[in-house]
Amino acid sequence: MSDSVMRTAGRSPDERAGRLSEIELSVNGRVRRLAVDPRTTLLDALRERLGLTGTKKGCDHGQCGACTVLVDGRRINSCLTLAVMHEGDEVVTIEGLGAPDDLHPMQRAFVERDGFQCGYCTPGQICSAVGMLSEVAAGWPSHATAAADAVAQRIALTDEEIRERLSGNICRCAAYPHIVAAVRSVAEGDAG
Amino acid sequence: MTGQGMTGQGHAGQGVIGRAVHRVDGPLKVTGRATYAYEHGAEDRPLYGYIVGATIGRGRLTRIDTANAERAPGVRLVMTHHNAPEQGPRDTSVPIEYWRAQPMLTGPEIHHYGEPVALVVAAAFEQARAAAGLVEVAYEERPGRYDFAALRDDTYVPKVVNAGLPTDTAVGDFDAGFRSAAVTVDRLYTTPYEFSMPMEPHACTAVPQGADLTVHVSAQIVDAALASVAATLRLDPARIHVVAPYVGGGFGSKLGIHAETILAALAARMVRRPVKVALTRQQIFQLVGLRPTSSQRVRLGADRDGRLVALAHDVTMHTNPDMEYAEQTAATTRSLYAAPHRLTSHRLTPLDLPRGEDVRSPGDAPGLLAVESAMDELADALDMDPVELRIRNEPTVDPERGVPYSDRHLVECLREGARRFGWERRPTRPASVRDGQWLVGYGTAAAIRGHFQMPTTVRVRLAADGTATVQSDMTDIGTGTYTILTQVAADGLGLPTDRVRVELGRSEFPTSMGSGGSWGAANSSTAVHRACHALRKRLLAAVREDTRSALCGLPWEKAVFADGRVRIGEASEALSDLVARHFPDGVQTTGETLAMTDDPHYSAYSIHTYGAHFAEVGVDADTAEIRLRRMLGVFSVGRVLNAKTARSQLIGGMIWGVGAALQEEGVVDVRTGAFATRDLAHYLVPVHADIPAVDAVVLDGYDDKANALGAKGIGELGICGAGAAVANAVFNATGVRVRDFPLTLEKVLPGLPPPEE
Repeated sequence: MSDSVMRTAGRSPDERAGRLSEIELSVNGRVRRLAVDPRTTLLDALRERLGLTGTKKGCDHGQCGACTVLVDGRRINSCLTLAVMHEGDEVVTIEGLGAPDDLHPMQRAFVERDGFQCGYCTPGQICSAVGMLSEVAAGWPSHATAAADAVAQRIALTDEEIRERLSGNICRCAAYPHIVAAVRSVAEGDAG
Repeated sequence: MTGQGMTGQGHAGQGVIGRAVHRVDGPLKVTGRATYAYEHGAEDRPLYGYIVGATIGRGRLTRIDTANAERAPGVRLVMTHHNAPEQGPRDTSVPIEYWRAQPMLTGPEIHHYGEPVALVVAAAFEQARAAAGLVEVAYEERPGRYDFAALRDDTYVPKVVNAGLPTDTAVGDFDAGFRSAAVTVDRLYTTPYEFSMPMEPHACTAVPQGADLTVHVSAQIVDAALASVAATLRLDPARIHVVAPYVGGGFGSKLGIHAETILAALAARMVRRPVKVALTRQQIFQLVGLRPTSSQRVRLGADRDGRLVALAHDVTMHTNPDMEYAEQTAATTRSLYAAPHRLTSHRLTPLDLPRGEDVRSPGDAPGLLAVESAMDELADALDMDPVELRIRNEPTVDPERGVPYSDRHLVECLREGARRFGWERRPTRPASVRDGQWLVGYGTAAAIRGHFQMPTTVRVRLAADGTATVQSDMTDIGTGTYTILTQVAADGLGLPTDRVRVELGRSEFPTSMGSGGSWGAANSSTAVHRACHALRKRLLAAVREDTRSALCGLPWEKAVFADGRVRIGEASEALSDLVARHFPDGVQTTGETLAMTDDPHYSAYSIHTYGAHFAEVGVDADTAEIRLRRMLGVFSVGRVLNAKTARSQLIGGMIWGVGAALQEEGVVDVRTGAFATRDLAHYLVPVHADIPAVDAVVLDGYDDKANALGAKGIGELGICGAGAAVANAVFNATGVRVRDFPLTLEKVLPGLPPPEE
């Protein structure tokens, strides 16, 4: 904040008044520089400032998971964090995972298994699933992990594990059984 | 000349109808490229609106001071009832609420908690939200009526209930029949306020362009949004352009538009800039309609063999006093089971709460919770298998209308479901099976849902390159409309699906009744089917005397359109050549589906969809925690248009039923009229961890009375009865009957069997 207050020459009235903070972060592999109102969440910076509307606002306070993105490889609710907290971070959104003619295996699995209906929670489900699989690979236990597996840091990816670990992502269309099938197919390497 | 007779398309066709085609909009949705209502206008630097809601439940504004808000950084407009433009009145002569004007900020009166009192418009969302907190409001509060349990006997009789259905019905002599019954059940069930809660909040981006106004909305019915905006803003509908290509769930709550759209549109015209407004998740609980809370008395009287002699379903529910909504909660009870003596009734208790609106499967969802629980109670009283009890009460004709059923397969659903589920393993005695700490039980319930046909028009255009475009203001709210209309048009014109493009959700396109009431798929696909039929006729008429065509002079009634070619016997010609020669600029027709009131089948037959649910639950023997262990639904819906999307919708509906049984409950603070449950941490909906293996099976079918494709609605059937199957399984597991939905553990715990020694 103090940095931005000092760098005032040639800036807008808001910036001169210290109301905007300059940040630099990487989004989908591209360095982006932004002057943001410090109250701006990472979610709103992505959607309203960078035009990356694939990340969805479902509740704006961390209860639905529609805004899930990957920051330095870990999944977070982008509505619960301010953009200014991500100086230098690497953010990957749904647009960065794949494109319609070049789908990420998780995206393809969601299409093939019909893991969505209205599509609004879907980017969050997919980012969450991708982040979750690396958590499992790293041996992080969950509420559903058997104690011995937690100690050994070897997680058997049961359907119960998938459900537990994706419970922060609400799907009101209730595509849950098909989402679990899609995630399982990617984990087992038979998608794509 | 029928479609089948002329070309063989439709019923048999190429087999593309019904196939489990991937969603054609899938790649856009899974990559975040499908754009929803709030995700427009970026190129024009839109302004952001934030709604300020009343903090009293009833009374009037005595003062609203906007000076501080107006001086706040970035603020361009603060709209209150002092400066809001004059708007059209809500006109009750317009038959359906969703087409009426929805005027906002009209005066100082407050009708319910959260009602908008101001809209703050600023250059950035953060600025609008912060300035909204600077609007100072003083109220004179008046006592409100908020407590349904205390006031539910203070009722009135609505003239009709939702969908224009009769308020009350009576057949035979119920009292005498009930008195004569050997075994009776007389129980009161209560269901809570429920909310649709689609994941996409209700949102609008309004873009003024000269005299025109484009509104990107999240709406299920484009025509209703258009009519409502036009009537409210007093604009020529021709100057309004409604755009809704993708809708992030609706479940009834987007049949109409709400404060977000009206306030965005008003503000956009005042500031001459695009304005975006989305409801916050908390505001959705106050500003969008909800499923009324209900109290339902169900009386069943049967002989010792389980045959019903008397059946009554009397419903009392809340309504907003100014905007009546009478959910048709007892409506399908009129068609479900045979019984010579019958009564149904609906009564309303006015409360100063947000208005009731359609929530997925209005009427049937709460009604079947009660009736199908009561049937389980009757089975228990008779010591009879609940599947068998239902089969014994299968009617031969609709018991109240006296007309035949078009295509009823409830008994097949029950039998097939019982077989697949392993129903014979059901504990015959409640609270008799344990699996470790879990008490295990099975439950079943029937599903029934009325099928509606509404007027719908579509346009189908064939271009000279042999590609087809389907256009309609129909919406795809996750239902699969893009995909099924692609399939139906591909079938109707004999084209591969990748040569069909479906364009939806624009008011410039032909008018449909949108997505709602489970009517969208059957209405719009029947219209596409008809348009394709008309196109085939035009093409064949052109080719008959075309000496350049290999098909010239051949018996055109034997033509088959397939694989991009038109074949008559051994001769064939590419469809694209035929179109290019005769219609170098392309050729188009429209297809229509009639209103059910204009279709004699709908008065001559009782047209419904059916199903049977089977649930297995475990109830923790110490804590009464309830876990669904598995669930199966078997359904009869006529012909399926896409096996994949149909199954997904049915499973989604079943999971809604699980939520209704175990979780969903809107709680009113009866001191203030505010919902205490006003976010997704307090209004609980099912999440991944709540839902184990849930499967849906659809019986092969074709309802030739419903429409030319034989297809009926699917979107709401899955929820019908699903919650009762879960509740009945809880009874079977524990011996505890909870009649106050949802079945949260504190209602089950006191009745659990004593701990094992």
